[in-house]
Order: sequence, then structure tokens, then C-alpha cells
Amino acid sequence: MQHSIETDILIIGAGPVGLFAVFEAGLLKLRCHLMDALPQAGGQLTEIYPKKPIYDIPGYPSVLAGDLVQNLLKQIEPFGPGFTLGERAETLEKQEDGRFLVTGSRGTRHLAHVVFIAGGLGSFEPRKPPISNIEQYEDCGVAYFVRDPEMYAGKRILIAGGGDSALDWTIYLAEKAAELTLVHRRTEFRGALDSVDKVMELAKEGRVRLITNAQVIGLQGEKHLESVQIQHDTDGVLDLKVDEFIPLFGLTPKLGPIGEWGLDLSDGAVVVNTFDYSSNVPGIFAIGDINTYPGKLKLILCGFHEATLACQSAFRHIYPDKKLSFKYTTVTGIEGMPAPA
Amino acid sequence: MPENAIITVHVRDRENTEHILEAPIDMGLNVMELCKSYDLPVKGTCGGMALCASCHVYVRSAHELPAPSDDEMNMLDQAFFVQPNSRLGCQIKINTRDLDGLELTLAPDAE
Repeated sequence: MQHSIETDILIIGAGPVGLFAVFEAGLLKLRCHLMDALPQAGGQLTEIYPKKPIYDIPGYPSVLAGDLVQNLLKQIEPFGPGFTLGERAETLEKQEDGRFLVTGSRGTRHLAHVVFIAGGLGSFEPRKPPISNIEQYEDCGVAYFVRDPEMYAGKRILIAGGGDSALDWTIYLAEKAAELTLVHRRTEFRGALDSVDKVMELAKEGRVRLITNAQVIGLQGEKHLESVQIQHDTDGVLDLKVDEFIPLFGLTPKLGPIGEWGLDLSDGAVVVNTFDYSSNVPGIFAIGDINTYPGKLKLILCGFHEATLACQSAFRHIYPDKKLSFKYTTVTGIEGMPAPA
Repeated sequence: MPENAIITVHVRDRENTEHILEAPIDMGLNVMELCKSYDLPVKGTCGGMALCASCHVYVRSAHELPAPSDDEMNMLDQAFFVQPNSRLGCQIKINTRDLDGLELTLAPDAE
């Protein structure tokens, strides 16, 4: 049998609520492993608003989102959680022994007695332009990420977007491409000033063709992408022969494969029982922004509470015959965390 | 609540149906929240941080709105179906009677 990471609780989503669940589980001596589609812990807080202050974490008049994540990581350190990062949870299968096998997008296997879904808004995926046949060309002319820059050498490339990644890749790939066109909806670019200047310079030198006030509206090609239509705000439609199209419009959260795991859903959220935030599948809980119940508020604060109660039921699910005694950290301390001097 | 603290906002949904929404101007509401409170199909995924464009609207009336912030412009750069009169509903604060009669259209759902 292939190797699997074994744990008590597999937490899908390493945002603030998933991280805090490790702490509460640790108090009950349950081991946790976290999994996240993003390459780092922290979820939205790290990915989209690390420098924004949060004002409703009890005990913190204000805390930067990034700092809250750092503090949570420190708080759970004594419990030594495992991490599978940069990998989306793809499939969940119930095993004969009652455990769940969760396999990630890169094939990493996890065996857990209990699964906590703490996926927030879902996993972050590239925003796809609304061009009807775009999916037909994915991996044969359309890519939303630059995975291997070398494959663009000598090609006719079209990049769309106006942010940092569109500018950065334009600068980088201009060296390698046979031809590079950058299309942007407006005249102004909002990326770093240096990058904007550099792209303007490349355009002046004729190494990049810049088309502003325009957007890509159509794709053609037999098996592989061959040409695109670009709609200009005032100059009509332009046909352009290209080999590769890289639309770079940021990331958007999607529920993703979790939606196909047999869980009761309502409006893209997992329906839970507020007794312990359990889903309709015994052993699977949902905590934080990804769940829904009457009166639900999408607050980190509420997610912390949900994680705490879910851990109690997770313990009972794993050890139906063991007694669970409730303890205060003030009385027992945390193993591995030095008491303050 | 004094009567003059309520304005009306006209919202045309994606099926072209007009909705007349009553909006208090002293509740700190924005257009995204107002639409959600009337169960219009506005997701507001990011909670109002100008980070998702699921509350993208077109402003049809000539009301003068505060200029979009850099965050809002950044987001609109990544959104689709953007027009010169595009705004993010979450960034339009309903805090003055001057917005009475504001006319909006929900932009197509890009997700």
C-alpha cells in the first residue's frame, strides 16, 4: 500500500480557524495535520489582507491579519502539527477501518479518524475570463499560471491583465518570446511603478506590443490555440495570431471538490449542527466561514468557538469509550510551552 | 427613524427586473449590504473589502459618487464585463440623501 500521512484530525484549510483547531485538539491530546491549497498557512489573512487590521479578536484592540497568523502558529507550535501546503484536497474516501483517506492534488495521501473542513471561502483558483470556449484550450494554448517559463521560448504570446503578475511576466517573457502582446482593459496599469516603466520601455523599443482599452473576447484554433479576437473600446475587433494566451486576473475562491464529498450543502456552504459543528457525515465537521447554520456569522471569533466544540466531539468519535475531562489551560498549562517567568 | 433618513435605490437585476430598495442613510450600509438585505443575487464573497468583485454594479444615474479607491480600481482591473460606469457595490456607502434615486444595474455573474 502507498504511504499515507496518518493523523487523528485532518484539517482542510490552514486559515486562522484551522490553525486554532490544532490548539484545541492538542489540549485533548489529538494530533492534527493541516492541508491547504495555498503555499503558506494563514488562508485569506496571509494571501489577501496580511496588512489589514482586525478589531474584533478578543483581547486585541487591533491586530494585523498577518500578525494574528504568526501568533496562531506560535500558539500551536507545542503540538507539532503536520502541514501539506500548496495542495488542494481532491478526494475523500471512507476506509474499512472507519478512517478517511483524503488525497491531495499532487497525490499526497492522508489517513485520519476525523476530518475538519476549515476551508473558508474555498480554495483560491485563477479567475477565468468569461470567454465561452476558454476551457477547451486549457493546457493547449491557455494557462492561468506560468508553470514553466522555458516552454514559452520562441512562441507568440498574449498576456492579459493590468496587475503586477501581468507586468512581471510581460517583462520576463519578452526576452524569450518570438512576439509578446499585453492587453489591458484600461490605459493605466496598477502594478509596481518600476514594472510599469519597464513595460512602457519595452513597448517603446518594440519588444512588447501594448494594446490598452481592450479585452480578449474570442479564441480560435483547431487542436491548439491559433488566434484570438481582441475587442478595442473604440477601434473595433482585432484578430491576432498567438500560440499561447496567459490571462492573469488574480485569484478567486471556489468551493472546489469538497462540494462532491456527499456533504449537505446550502448556497456553497456545509450545513452543520450547532451542537458540535458536525456535518451530515459522521466524523466530518465543518468550522469557520465554510459552514452554515441558523444565525451564522462569518467571523474569525465565531470560527474559534466552532473549532473548540468540534474538537470535543472529535475526541468522542475517535475514543468512544474514553472519558473526556474538561480542563482549563490556566490550571494545567501547555506541555512544551514554557510558563511565563 | 426620521423619514428623511430613508432614501430609495433602484436596482435592475440580471433578469432585467427593477427593484426599489429603501435604504436608511444612518446605518453605515453600503450598496452590497443593501442588495443582500433584499435577497438580491449579490454574493459579497469577501465581505466588503473590495477583494472579489461579486458586487460589481453599473451606475446608470448621474449621481456624483466619491472616486474609487486604489483597492477598488485594482479589483476592477481583475474583474470582467467592466464598463466605464462600473463600481463595486461594497465601496458605495449609503450615507447621504444625495444618493436618493440612485440607479444601478447588477453586472453579469462572472463566476
